[in-house]
Amino acid sequence: MTDLSNTAAEPAALEADDEAVVPAIIIQDLYKIFGPHPDRHIDAVKKGMTKSDLNRKHGHSLGLKAIDTELPAGSISVIMGLSGSGKSTLLRHINGLIAPTAGQVLIDGQDVAKMSETELRTFRRHKTAMVFQKFGLLPHRTVLENTLYGLDIQGISRKESEPVGRRWIERVGLKGYEDQYPTQLSGGMQQRVGLARALANDAPVLLMDEAFSALDPLIRVDMQSVLLELQQELRKTIVFITHDLDEALRLGDKIVVLRAGEISQQGTGQDIVLNPANDYIRAFVREVNRARVIQLRAITRPHKPDTSWPSLTLSGSITLEEAAKQLTSSDIREATVLSRQGRPRGVVDLMDVTRNMLRTE
Amino acid sequence: MASSCWGLPTLLCEAPELSSRSLREIRRTVDGGFRDLVREISPLIDAATAPLQRFLNGLEDAFANSPWIIVFLVLVTIAYAASRSWRITLGTVLALLAIGWVGLWQDTMVTLSMVTVCTIVAVIIGLPIGILAARSNRAEKLIMPILDVMQTLPSFVYLIPVVVIFGIGKVPGMIAVVIYATPPMIRLTNLGIRLVDKEVIEAADAFGSSERQKLWNVQLPLSLPTLMTGINQTIMMALSMVVVASMVGVGGLGKNVLQAINNQFFTMGFLNGFALVAIAIAFDRASQAFGQRLQKHTEVQHD
Repeated sequence: MTDLSNTAAEPAALEADDEAVVPAIIIQDLYKIFGPHPDRHIDAVKKGMTKSDLNRKHGHSLGLKAIDTELPAGSISVIMGLSGSGKSTLLRHINGLIAPTAGQVLIDGQDVAKMSETELRTFRRHKTAMVFQKFGLLPHRTVLENTLYGLDIQGISRKESEPVGRRWIERVGLKGYEDQYPTQLSGGMQQRVGLARALANDAPVLLMDEAFSALDPLIRVDMQSVLLELQQELRKTIVFITHDLDEALRLGDKIVVLRAGEISQQGTGQDIVLNPANDYIRAFVREVNRARVIQLRAITRPHKPDTSWPSLTLSGSITLEEAAKQLTSSDIREATVLSRQGRPRGVVDLMDVTRNMLRTE
Repeated sequence: MASSCWGLPTLLCEAPELSSRSLREIRRTVDGGFRDLVREISPLIDAATAPLQRFLNGLEDAFANSPWIIVFLVLVTIAYAASRSWRITLGTVLALLAIGWVGLWQDTMVTLSMVTVCTIVAVIIGLPIGILAARSNRAEKLIMPILDVMQTLPSFVYLIPVVVIFGIGKVPGMIAVVIYATPPMIRLTNLGIRLVDKEVIEAADAFGSSERQKLWNVQLPLSLPTLMTGINQTIMMALSMVVVASMVGVGGLGKNVLQAINNQFFTMGFLNGFALVAIAIAFDRASQAFGQRLQKHTEVQHD
């Protein structure tokens, strides 16, 4: 326990406790119109023509509208939305599989939309890797050969690439299955191959398109753990697509919620759960288990000056559930909450924790 | 006349047609022009087709004039290597022995050599065209009607210009067979590539594959079962066309059938017909078993 008497004179206002964020992918004013002549309608759409008008009067469909977001480097950004919200379309703009009608997608300051066919190919080979919902494995290649696919494409000899492939197969927990064919594996194992294939490329950006949606619930949670565990060490810029809010909250450092091609809200999972921006998000987060999502940091109250800090200290990163457990088991009413730097930042009591766990309006 | 017209004016009653004089004029101009053109370039054509002619003769020689036991063993080995099935191999052995027994060995070998060459040529022509059709919708729209014409135009019709240009012999026969046997190869190559799982194609793109890498790593291997069906169909088409090809001077079983028709040799016709059927079935079963063996690893083997 630290000596708390020195910091007792903390001001009543809470100091900020935000994480430093460096954007890796910057998407600016992105529009995508699907149809034979998207260029003819882009101006009208920018001036405010609605999706249904565009569809009814001109037979074009509006995929994405005015997307502006920054996805932080070295962390997991989740793009969430229901089917038809444009989330997969947005993901495919990041590696240029779909070209925008207007706007920019900047990665390392380079605009993906302006790349030539050859530049794009080189970019995809070295900067991005992708994991697919239905795995996208080659049925005629073994697990090892599938894992080496990206490296084969880069023209790296098998002598060089094979140890890399074997290492990643081991990392995703498939050691011993190297010479099996994908159809001999279960869905969860196939997606591990998909993950190994993407990681073997050693690209800084990893795009995951509903990567775990096709898996059974238990396997899905399992794979989420695998991903989080790998990410602890790899610190890649991961963009993860899902329609499942629980998955988004579990994985996402940042969550972008899409609705009908527009950003409905973006922020951390807590932001979204605590301060839903509109009714749509509110309806979404109603069923969320707040106790497991909200971190103590978010409900911390300022500490009254000239009183001493409570003796129980809790990290700001733990969930309300965990905080409630600690508070009840230690039989203390109030606890000190530490900032990311480990300094006392404010206080909470059991009442605060419980109230925030229950609030659902 | 008027009674069959239900009182309609002539224009609406009888289909409008060209006057017989202008039709004759057109015929004379086209036929004459064509004949003159062929007369002009026939030495060139002869020179160009000479190597092909030699190749066809050589292959026929190899098939028909080698000791039968060697050809027999080679064929049976191929059947086994392709199918890995004792049943199909035994069937092939019995079919070949029966063919030899009724004295059709030589003729069957002539036909086999012809079918072999025609299938190879049809695949060499059909595969790239099929790939082209699969890659571009515009190419597909252009190619498909041509294939319809190739398959439905009675072969006798296109045999006329072929014979005028190339004369009688193996080369025009081969051309007739190839025209008939190539369309299924093109169609099934196109279909096979277009049916490849979109997500696998997208995965290949996402990892930065070039068009060539995508073709060899993904599209062709994944469409292989369909390609094998295409080759199988090509073989069947080629076998069924050798009878027609015999009309322009291709020997073998087809020629015997043609003679049997002309002379009403009932037994001879049937024996030759059944010999064709026997090798067709052997080819078909062996190539299909081969195709199935190729896609074995795509079958789900767990649960």
